[in-house]
Amino acid sequence: MRKKAILFLLFLLTLFQSMESFAKQRFPKPEFESAYTQPETLQPGPRYELLAYLDVLVLLSTLSLISWLILKKRSRKGVFWISIFSLAYFGFYREGCVCSIGAIQNVSLGLFYSAYTLPFTALAFFVIPLVFTLFYGRTFCAGVCPFGAMQDLVAIQPQKMGSRLNSVLGLLPYLYLGLAVLYAATGTDFIICRYDPFVGIFRLNASFGMFVFAGILLGSGVFIARPYCRFLCPYGVILNWFSRFSKKHMTITPANCIQCKLCENTCPYDAINIPITVKNPETKQELLKKFILICILIPVLIAAGGYTGSKLHTTLAEVNPRVRLAKAVMDPVKMQEKPESYEIKAFKSSGKPAKQLLEETNEILRKFYIGGWLLGGFMGLTFGLLIAGRLITNYNPDYVPNKGTCLSCNRCIEYCPVKV
Amino acid sequence: MPSRREFIAKCVRGGLLTGLVVLGGTLMLRPRRDDENCKFNFACGSCSLSDSCNQAEAVSLRSTVWQLDPSKCIQCGRCATACVITPSAVKCTHAYVMCGYCDLCGGYFKPETKTLTTAAENQLCPTNALKRKFIEDPFYEYTVDELLCIGCAKCVKGCDAFGNGSLQLQIRHNRCVNCNECSIARVCPSEAFSRVPANKPYLLNGFGTERLANDKTQQEG
Repeated sequence: MRKKAILFLLFLLTLFQSMESFAKQRFPKPEFESAYTQPETLQPGPRYELLAYLDVLVLLSTLSLISWLILKKRSRKGVFWISIFSLAYFGFYREGCVCSIGAIQNVSLGLFYSAYTLPFTALAFFVIPLVFTLFYGRTFCAGVCPFGAMQDLVAIQPQKMGSRLNSVLGLLPYLYLGLAVLYAATGTDFIICRYDPFVGIFRLNASFGMFVFAGILLGSGVFIARPYCRFLCPYGVILNWFSRFSKKHMTITPANCIQCKLCENTCPYDAINIPITVKNPETKQELLKKFILICILIPVLIAAGGYTGSKLHTTLAEVNPRVRLAKAVMDPVKMQEKPESYEIKAFKSSGKPAKQLLEETNEILRKFYIGGWLLGGFMGLTFGLLIAGRLITNYNPDYVPNKGTCLSCNRCIEYCPVKV
Repeated sequence: MPSRREFIAKCVRGGLLTGLVVLGGTLMLRPRRDDENCKFNFACGSCSLSDSCNQAEAVSLRSTVWQLDPSKCIQCGRCATACVITPSAVKCTHAYVMCGYCDLCGGYFKPETKTLTTAAENQLCPTNALKRKFIEDPFYEYTVDELLCIGCAKCVKGCDAFGNGSLQLQIRHNRCVNCNECSIARVCPSEAFSRVPANKPYLLNGFGTERLANDKTQQEG
């Protein structure tokens, strides 16, 4: 009898179920006659907040130690052991999160949305390696970054890539950086985290796509040293530019270069500038011609890039879930054809007017229009600078590391016969 | 001339350093402005303005963790598949204080079930994570085995539709690795995920519009 009554009650309740999703007291709390005590709902807390500060402390101390090992001790072994430690700590123990590469997005989101609470650790992980790079070169890349450390371990047979291929592929990180900042600043997505190839390995748990991506990177990494660092890493772009103005940078030789050429083929990253002595100096006229060409080329490229970017802004905005939702809601034909998606269902049950969604979408699209101009202009500038860099010849008499692309791994040092 | 080059490099270095300090300073020290219609759900920090947002009070702490709001959840089942860890860090969490201890539990039994037994074919839970125990006539206690639960929300849907809504999905913080961007938040259709202050990491629904307290939260390393 009771069962039937309950069933009937349930039927009635489903009929009168309101749209409000908060829980309702349909059944009263039972009064137990037996000695039953209600268990508590366990709510295990998150990781201690203090441990986040420990991460920053570990970052600071490993960076200091590796900078000292690279510049003062000039030891490759030290760099190797630090990279093993970083791989273990930042990689496998901290599971690759928080990382400096991803922190770019937190910082850009924090800059554009003041309502976003930027975690202290994200800011610290973004700023501290940059400060160290400004003084000591890319020592962060050498062995503190777990991504770099992992790829460094598999670089067994590195091949020379050729400067042209190197610089063309070197444009990819700029594009990645631009897109990451655009999507983070518009509050769309964190694409660096989304397409992170190595966290899957750190967590020993990866989706198929992630696993394939990591496999390709590590497999090709045997022959192309550090493919992610050189041809994808968006943080590397910023580090590259900071390192060019670094106060002290690691040097191949401790004293004077004797031009013995022993180090020429030791760099797995093609980051050693071979000496270009003045053979046929350009005339002033030639130099002026080049200068004018660059002065015209760069603004033209920026404008062209910006225009292309602004034209593509709707395509770029497709990634935004709210833009996609608006598209699905506004398109009645599509809505009837397809079975209702969860997004549309959730939108309907939220009771939000379609007009509000449209307004929000227009606002996002406006941001993407500006962002498209900026991103395109940035890419134009990058391409222009690449051409300018190839036009200008920098004369240098010795074998020196390229301050921008050198990752301070200290491999070349071991081959230098000059000892102090 | 190396001296001229060095001078330029020095100036740029000084400029970059000041830039970094200014950037860090403004980001850390500026007062948080509350955005009335924040347009990002995946990395929401905290708004103190609207009631529809999860945060009823301003958050002074910078440390935040992910949590999902059961009142926004539509039980789509994506939590079970989208999490970076397997099985998902999202689990069914039983708020016992709200449970009606029903014999005919909408969260435990499949809708067409005729005999209310613990036979496998009657159970809604695909992994046998929801356990049923007789207490006294006519009350039954339901407990979630966290090791078996995959966060598919089938029981949550049932309890929400026919019961008190005591079974709710929550991110379990002993499992969550607190990704920079939660990969479930990215695919959540109802924008139920947001960052919440780490000292109040749960958003369990109570009756009406109140929330259950976080006071039983234990700190774990």
